[in-house]
Amino acid sequence: MTATTEINNIISEENLVYKKTDVLLDNEMHYCPGCTHGVIHKVIAEVIEEMDIQDKTIGVSPVGCSVLAYNYLDIDWQQAAHGRAPALATATSRLMPDKYVFTYQGDGDLASIGCAEIMHACNRGENIVVVFVNNAIYGMTGGQMAPTTLEGQVTATSPYGRDCATTGFPMKMSEIVSLLPGTRFVTRQSAETAGAVRKLKKAIRKGFENTREKKGLSFIEIVGTCSSGWKLSPTQSNEWMKENMFPYYPLGTLKDE
Amino acid sequence: MGDVRLMKGNEVIAEAAIRCGCDGYFGYPITPQSEIMETLMIRKPEDETGMVVLQAESEVAAINMVYGGASCGKKVMTSSSSPGISLKAEGITYLAGAELPALIVNIVRGGPGLGTIQPAQSDYFQAVKGGGHGDYKLIVLAPASVQEMNDFVDLGFELSFKYLNPAMILSDGVIGQMMEKVELSDYKPRWTDEEIEKISGSWATNGKKAGSERNISTSLDLDSAKQEVFNHKLQAKYRAMEENDVRFEKIACDDADYLFVAYGSSARICQKSVELAREKGIKVGLLRPITLFPYPTIQIQEMLGQVKGILSVEMSAGQMVEDVRLAVEGKVPVEHFGRYGGIIPTPEEVVEALEEKILGK
Repeated sequence: MTATTEINNIISEENLVYKKTDVLLDNEMHYCPGCTHGVIHKVIAEVIEEMDIQDKTIGVSPVGCSVLAYNYLDIDWQQAAHGRAPALATATSRLMPDKYVFTYQGDGDLASIGCAEIMHACNRGENIVVVFVNNAIYGMTGGQMAPTTLEGQVTATSPYGRDCATTGFPMKMSEIVSLLPGTRFVTRQSAETAGAVRKLKKAIRKGFENTREKKGLSFIEIVGTCSSGWKLSPTQSNEWMKENMFPYYPLGTLKDE
Repeated sequence: MGDVRLMKGNEVIAEAAIRCGCDGYFGYPITPQSEIMETLMIRKPEDETGMVVLQAESEVAAINMVYGGASCGKKVMTSSSSPGISLKAEGITYLAGAELPALIVNIVRGGPGLGTIQPAQSDYFQAVKGGGHGDYKLIVLAPASVQEMNDFVDLGFELSFKYLNPAMILSDGVIGQMMEKVELSDYKPRWTDEEIEKISGSWATNGKKAGSERNISTSLDLDSAKQEVFNHKLQAKYRAMEENDVRFEKIACDDADYLFVAYGSSARICQKSVELAREKGIKVGLLRPITLFPYPTIQIQEMLGQVKGILSVEMSAGQMVEDVRLAVEGKVPVEHFGRYGGIIPTPEEVVEALEEKILGK
């Protein structure tokens, strides 16, 4: 028996336990090696397929690395101006209350330029899911300081390390929005191990189920890596994230009502 | 006669929105147009027609809610006044870039900056020449009466869906705050999901249909070659607007030796000035652009064999006069007269300006 026939025997229909969801398109991703976006896209796509809501889901993509998210998930998409995704999602959800609307936003988009939009969407309790990817840096524009950049972290605009005395402190968005009565589910997850990805998927599924039950806003923060911006290898990035990001941005669910 | 009422211009915008089957209004308070959202809140159209009315956290959020709603193929609108429109400029260029239909009402007040809450026409450049970034145009309708405030809501939506381009009603504090007799439009039902599918199914992001391509509402294309092709398409659309949808009114032009060009409240003032001038034996007419883009350039040019001079009357330091001069190409004298900063000219002042600036030459 040759190696090829052996493999073909193994991948026969009855042995298949996992396949790529059709909601995830085959377009080549522009994300850097080691980037967390790809995994998060896959998880969202799987949840959409499993809940059978592909024809009822509208994604709202931001400005930032995930500006081109619409190239990867086979659903209807709106591409928002920088920071404004929650405003688009507000109107979309209100005008089509039977649809599943989610925003996909990075830390610069959500916590800096889009601070007003996210606060008020959360406060109004819009019936949407917010997927917030926090990698503590502006990726798309070349690694500048974000509102979530850690104290002392070196970026293109904090070349000597972030000085909190002059630039303020890293913002804990999940903690902030969890204080608003409009949010129903606020959780902080990661995606660096198989176990973490499974937990993340559970959280995203819960978010979309909340939409179905008209429960209001689900806020899912994902602490992720930016190998290019951090100037570390993918493996080093995961280590750096665990050592530095997780203590400041502790994982877990802050609110579940 | 339909439903005839005595109403404020701003209130009529709200009433006309409900009656024309608008799906959503997203606004933020600013003087002198707050009655639009206030009227909607009192009327509660959500109970009557299902129209969504939402007070946003800012003008920026409001215009982006409009972007979201428009992306779904819905008839959505916002309103504001000058400083608020500056904040909406970002969203407006995104709407134009994503080829989305929407209605934006601007009840103009004097500027620059926070300026004044009194009426002005100093946002002509912003409405007609851009305001936001990129090579785009708005369809700009300039009502001169409370009746036209009613009529142009429906017309604005009609044109914006015809061209898949945002439309603006460029009014001002005079028309917004003025009470006049108005015949309200009959009720039109909001579009059903099936109608939206028929009208906008090829682009609306209201859920991917099985077996068809997904729809994406975006103004982004990083491929410059494609972006240029897209810009050619936009320009062709603007030329089609110029070809097919110029609107204007001519008053006392048949025997005119001189011409006022004025829009909105200035045109109302000029109507009286035409009468006053004619009592003095000066045969002057009025050409009132109703669409400021597309502009009645040809209609002005058609007057050139007849009139000896043109006065552009605006409540600004002279903005539309540039378009009049572009049309006239130096063939007859063109001058500007305006009061600004919230001051409204009297009909007598306008006649004096005509005598001094045009007849005196």
